[in-house]
Amino acid sequence: MSFFLEVLIGGLLAGVMYTMVALGFVLIYKASGVFNFAQGAMVLFAALTFVTLSEHGLAFPWALAASVAVMLVLAVAIERVVLRPLVNAPPMALFLATLGLAFVLEGLAQLLYGTQVHGLDLGISDAPIHGLPIEVSRFDLLAAGIAAALVATLGVLFQTTRAGVGLRAVADDPLAAVAVGLDLPRLWAIAWGGAGVVALVAGLLWGARVGVQFSLSLVVLKALPVLIIGGFSSIGGVIAGGLIVGASEKLAEVYVGSHLGGGTETWFPYVLAVAFLLARPTGLFGERLVERV
Amino acid sequence: MTVSSDASAWPSSSDRSETRPPALRTAAWVVAILVATGLLVSLPLLVTDYVLSAILVPVLALGLAGIGQNLITGYAGQLSVGSAAFMSVGAFATYDVHLHVRGIPLLASFAFGGLVAGLVGVFFGLPSLRIRGFYLVVSTLAAQFFVVWLFTKVGWFSDYSASGVISAPRLALAGWDLSSPGGHYWLALMIVAPLTLVGRNLVRGRLGRSWMAVRDMETAAALAGVRTGRAKLLAFGIGSFYCGVAGALWAFTYLGTVEAHGLDLDRSFQVLFIVILGGLGSITGSFIGAAFVILFPVALDQVGSALAGGSVDASLLQNIEKIIFGALVILLLIKQPAGTVRLLQIAWCRVRRWRPRSA
Amino acid sequence: MFRSRVTTFATIIGAALLATACRSHSEGTSTGDGSTAASTAVAGKEQYFPLQSYRVGPYAAGGSGFFGGFIDYMQLVNIRDGGVNGVKLTWSECETEYVVERGVECYERLKGGLNGAPAAAMNPLSVGIAYATIDRQTADKIPLITINHGRTDSTDGRVFPYVFPLSLNPYSEISAIVNYIGQREGGLDHLGGKKIAVLYHGSPYGKETQPIAELLAQKYGFEVTHIEVPHPGTEQESQWLQIKRLNPNWIILRGWGIMNPVALKTAARVGFPVDHIIGNIWSNSEEDVIPAGPAAIGYIAITTHPSGRDFPVLEEVDKYVLGAGKGNMADPKRVGTGYYNLGINNGILNVEAVRVAQTKYGNKPLTGEQVRWGFEHINIDDKRLEELGAVGLLQPIKVTCLDHEGGGAVRFVQWDGAQFKRISDWIKADRALLRPIIEESSAKYAKEKGITPRDCDGEASL
Repeated sequence: MSFFLEVLIGGLLAGVMYTMVALGFVLIYKASGVFNFAQGAMVLFAALTFVTLSEHGLAFPWALAASVAVMLVLAVAIERVVLRPLVNAPPMALFLATLGLAFVLEGLAQLLYGTQVHGLDLGISDAPIHGLPIEVSRFDLLAAGIAAALVATLGVLFQTTRAGVGLRAVADDPLAAVAVGLDLPRLWAIAWGGAGVVALVAGLLWGARVGVQFSLSLVVLKALPVLIIGGFSSIGGVIAGGLIVGASEKLAEVYVGSHLGGGTETWFPYVLAVAFLLARPTGLFGERLVERV
Repeated sequence: MTVSSDASAWPSSSDRSETRPPALRTAAWVVAILVATGLLVSLPLLVTDYVLSAILVPVLALGLAGIGQNLITGYAGQLSVGSAAFMSVGAFATYDVHLHVRGIPLLASFAFGGLVAGLVGVFFGLPSLRIRGFYLVVSTLAAQFFVVWLFTKVGWFSDYSASGVISAPRLALAGWDLSSPGGHYWLALMIVAPLTLVGRNLVRGRLGRSWMAVRDMETAAALAGVRTGRAKLLAFGIGSFYCGVAGALWAFTYLGTVEAHGLDLDRSFQVLFIVILGGLGSITGSFIGAAFVILFPVALDQVGSALAGGSVDASLLQNIEKIIFGALVILLLIKQPAGTVRLLQIAWCRVRRWRPRSA
Repeated sequence: MFRSRVTTFATIIGAALLATACRSHSEGTSTGDGSTAASTAVAGKEQYFPLQSYRVGPYAAGGSGFFGGFIDYMQLVNIRDGGVNGVKLTWSECETEYVVERGVECYERLKGGLNGAPAAAMNPLSVGIAYATIDRQTADKIPLITINHGRTDSTDGRVFPYVFPLSLNPYSEISAIVNYIGQREGGLDHLGGKKIAVLYHGSPYGKETQPIAELLAQKYGFEVTHIEVPHPGTEQESQWLQIKRLNPNWIILRGWGIMNPVALKTAARVGFPVDHIIGNIWSNSEEDVIPAGPAAIGYIAITTHPSGRDFPVLEEVDKYVLGAGKGNMADPKRVGTGYYNLGINNGILNVEAVRVAQTKYGNKPLTGEQVRWGFEHINIDDKRLEELGAVGLLQPIKVTCLDHEGGGAVRFVQWDGAQFKRISDWIKADRALLRPIIEESSAKYAKEKGITPRDCDGEASL
């Protein structure tokens, strides 16, 4: 039984890490209806920026502030150069543009920061805390705390601030939003900027876990089933999706996968997502599609 | 817009060629087709081995995969990122049937591989009956990851080879040895050309129209009597058949080997690139997109080395090329989201409409 | 509108170029002078090595190290010795990004030679590319070198005349590790009843040695469990919880890329002692341990190319190549690291093959077919190692028609937080045990492809 609990808790904690990455997607999808495939590259770019600044001697708070600034500038640049011209393009074209953007960001990251691998030490230990019945480290608690804080903050922001409400309006109907006088480019810049900051946070946490190197951008593959289960445009859904994906994939791997030879984690979350969608075609918390002819 | 005075017999158009008598037009077309066919068939005698085996064959294979992807996503509007998975199924199925069924002709193995891929495609397309829009991508994503896992895990598919890599057998057709680069090219052409024509006819026929109806306004189509479920599943089935044959071509005529990880999500995105860059909903566009995706990095490399060569660090050059590739993709999408096919159409129209300025 | 977009893109690229130019100036980089098509030496008088390199993408760290070392060694031979018996070496790079079809395209583009200098051999450092080019290279008669990796059955040179998995093939890795574990346990006969877990990357490379592990487990009486880490391996919670439940004595890590540091970190989280984890030949570099931080201290790995700059050949590289500002590595601190030294070893072997081939065919640029003979007659013994300045860096290697691996021994190193310290001398694999399996596999391949195996005894030359 305790082994089961260990796997479950381990899975939930892994899910928290996935949520972190998925949040960036949700921000952008909620605001501009674009599935930003470059989010993984943004995570990588943010983490590399921070690590390079740290290794050049900048203290933690300054490096963090500088990285945030860099990501904000990047977000504005992306909005202006890529998004604005593509405002009327079909969604497939937008998706592919973000794919192209991923190429650009990855090339830029390696160009500016080189190809070496880096370790990232946030000063929080990842060793299990003594005395607890299951193994949880300080790092796990930090990650969970940050994820909860982010989700809560973003949720509040979307409900109460002008920008947040504006973003929801834009997601609902861009034309109507423009008609009532909302500044679309500014809102998009805010959304992408937010996604950039979230990417930085995700990059720092993942980077501390796995090291900062090119393959860091692959963590985005795990975010997809999270998004699909939770719904692309729901902040609360993301955390639910993350926990579900994390827990189920670990449990499946240990209890089912070991009979199949292992390695089921790559596809199990997706199959799970398909099952969820068959029951609720727009995700657990996603918006219901109303079709009109 | 000029108005044609001759509005009765011929379709009104300001273009001169439309007013020629039909017999001449048909003759012109026949000659054009013969010349094109002759050119295509005799290419191995005209170009180097390098162009044959590293450019033309992959363009044919990826172009065919692009057609498959186009059928599913471009014509039927069902989002799919599983083209590489279907390619993989086709490759492995072709290999396994060729290995285990003694004396089966090569083309039959390709057909079988495509068929298996088609069935797998229908299976993973079933969720499309209930799920719509962007969320549908999850089904083919599941296919993508599952197929890679299956072919790596279950040794039977790769004939229990320790490395999980399948090696193409010697290619021969009715006694003709096709193992040279020219032979590979001919085999690929022999398979791709008829399938392309079939695809072209398919999309212009009733099935194609029902696909486009489903894509453009599904609810209305259902109300109008189009059997949307059948259309969607046929799209998945036929599209993945094409992808399966393309995968078999990729393994047999191009690389000579394939491993499950070589046809992964990156490859699916590449096929998606091909389709969108070429033109969503265009058969010709698939080949243009394939040519772009394959030729462009090579061309960029040649230009880059010529310009910068030894004075620039190799990794620097490569990263810049990567950035330029991404930037060009974005630029192309901004300039013409309907793909290069549309760009070419517009350019062709401009050429045809060009009149020298009268003094 | 269009103009301003183009300007924007151009500005971004220009700024990036400027930034990098400043960066490379401050680091004092320079590039090899052989990496361009506009060669300064006389056309047709050089030996060409096409390089299917990867300096971009997820594996760029390893690729840039390996090809950097390879190029620096060739540069050394050119500068210090004036080439191989007067024949200078030239090379050019073609980026593959570790993608198979780009490797194939690079091969087809470069196989014809450079400005009349014939191609000697291909060194793609990629299993996928190797598999895809085996048939082509055999038909085109250009040797394919897959140092420390490749098709294990290509060790049998009778069926694979043009493929050389030099120095170590995958089966030898596992066998040598088991021999070392046996040593640590007080003798191979003490292995009975012990538990060894193999944590492998979810790819054919990772799976490749399963049959051998089972065979050895049967022979020595230990229990082997295989646990898969799905690619890319950024998250290994469930695998290590399973390991914790299993509680093995030793873990063999067959990792790749980001899987390695994550494995070490997760091991620390579940409390598995890291000094009982032994990494294989692709889990043994600085790039694999640095991101894991303190969790990696004590980690053991095998190597055929120990890190360090204290080998005479590396001191020569320092003196002649780096001293003249012609080093290929953008960051000079990477000279002497794992992948770099692998490149040096690879350079030594490739150049030695050319040298040996020249004894038969004359001191001139040789074709691939001729260099193949050279590879097949490499005989680097202790004395030759001394001459090369690579004692302890490269193992004694003797390649024959039957045996294209030639080595099969590894050294064990342990990470101390700053570098890999050597903790053993060369430990051999049980090659006699492995040979029948290799021959069975190569016979099957020969039958499938319709190849008649060569008769090694009856051959004087090919």
